[in-house]
Amino acid sequence: MHVKQVNIPLTDEAIADLRMGDHVALSGKLFTAGDAAHKKLVQYIGQGRQLPFSLVNQVFYYAVGTPPPPERIIGSAGPTTATRLDCYTPALLAQGLKGVVGKGYRSAEVAQAMRDHRAVYFGAVGGVAAILSQYVKHVRLAAFPELGAEAVYEYTVVDFPVVVINDIHGGDLHLEGRKVYAVTQD
Amino acid sequence: MRSVDVATITKVVARLCEEANFYLEQSVHSAFQRAYEEEISPLGRDVLTQILANAAVAAEKRLPICQDTGIVLVLVELGQEVHVSGGSLYAAINQGVRDAYQKCYLRKSVVNDPIERTNTKDNTPAVIHCRIVDGDKMRISLMPKSAGSENVSTVKVLNPADGWEGIKKFVLETIDQAGPNPCPPLIVGIGMGGTMEKAALLAKEALFRPVGQKNPTETIAHLEDELLDAINKLGIGPMGRGGRITALAVHIEVFPTHMSSLLVAVNLLCCAARYKTAEI
Repeated sequence: MHVKQVNIPLTDEAIADLRMGDHVALSGKLFTAGDAAHKKLVQYIGQGRQLPFSLVNQVFYYAVGTPPPPERIIGSAGPTTATRLDCYTPALLAQGLKGVVGKGYRSAEVAQAMRDHRAVYFGAVGGVAAILSQYVKHVRLAAFPELGAEAVYEYTVVDFPVVVINDIHGGDLHLEGRKVYAVTQD
Repeated sequence: MRSVDVATITKVVARLCEEANFYLEQSVHSAFQRAYEEEISPLGRDVLTQILANAAVAAEKRLPICQDTGIVLVLVELGQEVHVSGGSLYAAINQGVRDAYQKCYLRKSVVNDPIERTNTKDNTPAVIHCRIVDGDKMRISLMPKSAGSENVSTVKVLNPADGWEGIKKFVLETIDQAGPNPCPPLIVGIGMGGTMEKAALLAKEALFRPVGQKNPTETIAHLEDELLDAINKLGIGPMGRGGRITALAVHIEVFPTHMSSLLVAVNLLCCAARYKTAEI
């Protein structure tokens, strides 16, 4: 299995090289964001306020982890459904966000907005949160502590395993992968 | 009458919450091993490898299988010869949930109201369905139910003339439209008949049946096979990345219904299929 090594912040060259179905090992910083953090970030943008951290060339991880047990920096942290965050995504792309890690469908509008902004949608496997948390080496509270578990955390990751779902060339693994394996119904 | 103290119920509920979140059910684990052998899609096999590896890491390091440790669903079958003593049954169950989610560092995902949405901070209340049955035992089945798969579950009122073909079409539409969102491979629970809430409850109850066990009625078992085959022909595959294993199992439960009704409910359970049962 060939795995492409990709560092964050993302570069235009790295993004252009990625194709639907590629296995990618992400290293660098991922910002966690769930529903509440998205709502707040988009409110900031709407009010013209400066964001608590820069989104330029950054990658969001759609995740709200479990509380860390004693002696651990993190509990379990797998991806949540991207579809719920579709309504917020275009505004964040306009701020320079270049990648998101999640699971589940993106709307046609968001897929198009990601192509327009030359951003990539990476899929992590849902339901394997215990192993995914092993790739997180450091955790820092980045914004919105008042949101508790839903605050934005900066995860420093090494070789975090994802697959390219939507590339900037029009590829969409969720739509095209199934066509390969579909069997005509009797 | 046999007396069961509420403290015992609280302890059992807490234990079930803990075990369900850390240890993948054995029948589900075996089904994933078979799925890995059968899956022909390389991306699908990669997902199944991660699911099996995750189950091992979760158990060994005592980390939750999935970060969505759910809203807790509890099905109680209460023997009519049982007297619950020392307090309220529902309060005892909620105390067990509260204890486990605090002690085991599980995520508190429950909000107080569908519109206001303030986190209750202890993952209560649980959703509790209690049924009175014969005997002097109490059976508690518990599932930390994740949102991803619950959010794409469906209920529909069909026309009796639509029959099995109508039901099959509706189930396939549900899974086709859900695609990657419920985290396939899935366990598909189907409730047919009764009234609207009865069909929905049957679909939920169906999820607790061990994978590999068919409906005891042969005609229904045959429909389960037919539907599983049709679902796996959709090509959605593990995590919706393309493949032949979209569902591990289809479990159908039926109940008599009104001559003018055909109710069907489809409740999906994600690949992090977590549930445990205990008898008191």
